[in-house]
Amino acid sequence: MDFRDTPEEAAFRAEVRAWLEANGQKRTRPDEVFGEGLDDAAKLAAAKAWQAKKAAAGYAAITWPKAAGGRGGTAMQQVIYQQEEAAYLVPGMIFEVSIGMGLPTVMTWAAPELKARFLRPGLAGEEIWCQLFSEPGAGSDTGGVRTRAVRDGDDWIINGQKVWTSGAHFCDYGILLTRSDWDKPKQEGLTMFIVDMKAPGVEVRPIHQMSGDAEFNEVFFTDVRIPDSYRLGPECGGWKVMLSTLMQERLSVGGNLPTDLHAHLVALAQQCAWDERPAIEDDRVRARIADAYLQQKGVELVIARGLTAISKGKAPGPEMAITKLIAAKAMQDIAAFAIELAGPEGLLGFEALGGDWRYMQRLWLGAPGARIAGGTDEILKNVIAERVLGLPGEIRSDRKVPFRDLESA
Amino acid sequence: MNFDFSDDQRLLQDAVRTMLAETSTSQAVREVLEGRASHAEAVWHNLIEMGAAATAIPEQYGGAGLGYLALCLVAEEAGRHLAAVPLASSFYLAAEAIQRAGSEAQKQHWLPKIASGEVVATAALGSRERYRPAAPLAFDGQTLTGTSPALVDGGIAGLAVLRIGDDLVLVELSGTGVSRNPLPSLDPTRPLAELRFDRTPAERLAGANGAAVASRVLDGAAVLLAFEQVGGATCILEATRDYSLERKAFGRQIGSFQAMKHKMAEIYTAIELARVHAYYGAWALSSDAPELPRAAAAARVAATRAYTVAAEEGIELHGGIGFTWEMDCHLHYRRARHLGQIIGSEHAWRARLADELIKEAA
Ligand SMILES: Cc1cc2nc3c(=O)[nH]c(=O)nc-3n(C[C@H](O)[C@H](O)[C@H](O)COP(=O)(O)OP(=O)(O)OC[C@H]3O[C@@H](n4cnc5c(N)ncnc54)[C@H](O)[C@@H]3O)c2cc1C
Repeated sequence: MDFRDTPEEAAFRAEVRAWLEANGQKRTRPDEVFGEGLDDAAKLAAAKAWQAKKAAAGYAAITWPKAAGGRGGTAMQQVIYQQEEAAYLVPGMIFEVSIGMGLPTVMTWAAPELKARFLRPGLAGEEIWCQLFSEPGAGSDTGGVRTRAVRDGDDWIINGQKVWTSGAHFCDYGILLTRSDWDKPKQEGLTMFIVDMKAPGVEVRPIHQMSGDAEFNEVFFTDVRIPDSYRLGPECGGWKVMLSTLMQERLSVGGNLPTDLHAHLVALAQQCAWDERPAIEDDRVRARIADAYLQQKGVELVIARGLTAISKGKAPGPEMAITKLIAAKAMQDIAAFAIELAGPEGLLGFEALGGDWRYMQRLWLGAPGARIAGGTDEILKNVIAERVLGLPGEIRSDRKVPFRDLESA
Repeated sequence: MNFDFSDDQRLLQDAVRTMLAETSTSQAVREVLEGRASHAEAVWHNLIEMGAAATAIPEQYGGAGLGYLALCLVAEEAGRHLAAVPLASSFYLAAEAIQRAGSEAQKQHWLPKIASGEVVATAALGSRERYRPAAPLAFDGQTLTGTSPALVDGGIAGLAVLRIGDDLVLVELSGTGVSRNPLPSLDPTRPLAELRFDRTPAERLAGANGAAVASRVLDGAAVLLAFEQVGGATCILEATRDYSLERKAFGRQIGSFQAMKHKMAEIYTAIELARVHAYYGAWALSSDAPELPRAAAAARVAATRAYTVAAEEGIELHGGIGFTWEMDCHLHYRRARHLGQIIGSEHAWRARLADELIKEAA
């Protein structure tokens, strides 16, 4: 057991550090985010410029094979890069779906010409990708999608609606899950495509989130034409393609939690008073700080175990499934407790209360979404119970029935 | 970075697991539970013979010299198999105190005897919580007079390390003026006894350094006990899962009810969280890292939580059968309580964790 860098890792870290120092902009406040004060268009342009620099330096897809535009590096190098980049102002979310899900799916399933067409511009941030799986009637139950794909010569014609599509309003391409065969059971009649988000018949309508932002959207498809060459995987093989996308997400070691949450709690507890004493001296507060650390460090350590497996050439163990489950709820609990520290005054927005509160207030408003996106707590518990503990699957009435008949039921 | 145990360490773990599966049976544990034995003798004999108990004692003092990581995995198996043996008292506590604070002569004399099992040792290194007024216990530099706190394995120990104020005192229990008073224990598989001394010859272990040594030894014990807790919690979760696949109600396996599935998923999550904190503690202990106090406290709190919830819910998810003497569920319920309090409760350790975090943030 050893947490120190090997000589090769230390050398890579030094290289990354030097590059970031020369090219990046360090945070000045712990809660500072990329592009503060810029309007959406300027922020997007700045994000693309950053991604282009990063790709040119070979840091956009560290673990990808060289042939696909990656660096051919190790998972450990990826983590080292992320650790170092964390101190810098970088556009995290904007390219998350591209790099983590969209492009890996293209890499796995697309024909060579399409890979040549899409991978490089995607990595360089010239084109941004979104993921169009969820629909009004198909969220946790993704197999229930109804967006219709009908073959027409060399094309497919798409009609239907997606929802909760993160980033659709600025994305160029998407991976789109459709139903191409209504006579097959639910998960067997699905087909996956690449869709051009600027194609005629695609309409994106932003949805106002509870946090006040508008980061996800409804997307409507009306007679949208997609060439058959943009199909990913076989006809009616969409379910398998989707699982591979989700697997990529797992391997990219997501579910992370900021490593400084308990330190933020300590800082705020030092500023608040409980019964005329600094809150930090109150044992209830101290106990919550300890619990915050247990969750936060725990997630970091579970990921460290997964990485150890990856670095030994093994698949990360099933314990990785718990990271998002712990992280999202911990985020919510820690942020809520931070806000509680100030009592009635804690109800003031950070604009009035002070910038130190921005981070926890943002986290608190974002946490409910984090618990839902990428699988709700309940779905993740089902996954752990079934795949890790070997307990029986849910009783279902929709397995062997043609989707058409389910529909009318 | 490498956050895992080595293949050699895993081999030792496998060997210990195989041995314990054969010897630390429910029946063997119940011999102690029901008072027919003071400890599981065959299990103890084998752990000593394999060199598994004395893995962390250096070779020059009769141990295997394999270090703490190996001992952590032995502890995990001991916990999993509910081993009713003086492993913690002899090896995590007493031997550690002697190793860290003893003079060369004390180490030469006692460590080989502990390593070979010739002497069972126990220790009371102080705790933050108390109910009964502390019985007076006085050390005059040469002799000990008074009553010890309740000691695990006090009934069979031949040697004790006792913290008296800032002193750590070593006392041989075959000496003059020693009497033993066995006490009822909530986990009878880990028996307790109080020792009474009347001008019993004793010697100092570590002068003015006693409190610091005690604290360091308790940190190490917290990590090792966390492995026992993780092992025990995993065992009862697996037993609960297996039972839920056999038992039927309302025409289904009870393990197919989502309330059951989700509860088991939550227990699993608590155990995995405890496991990684225990691993981190193992790293800190084996590399003598400055993070040890924080890592040990985190391991202790997380592992105490995990075993407590696994043992409590383990009975609940079994239903009525889980509440019977014959099922092993209550052995875990009792052991979880024992391990969770024997070196101070979860709450005391959570407070210690907070102290460390706030100190670091300053
Ligand atoms: C911030 C955010 C970003 C998102 N981004 C994207 C995106 O980019 N692309 C995309 O395709 N989707 C995206 N989603 C959608 C997300 O994947 C779904 O919201 C999620 O899978 C839940 O589906 P649902 O909203 O239909 O809820 P439902 O599935 O209707 O769930 C409602 C409730 O029922 C529970 N439930 C459902 N099934 C079960 C079951 N079997 N057992 C127990 N409980 C159950 C759920 O846990 C939940 O509590 C995003 C969501 C959020 C919040």
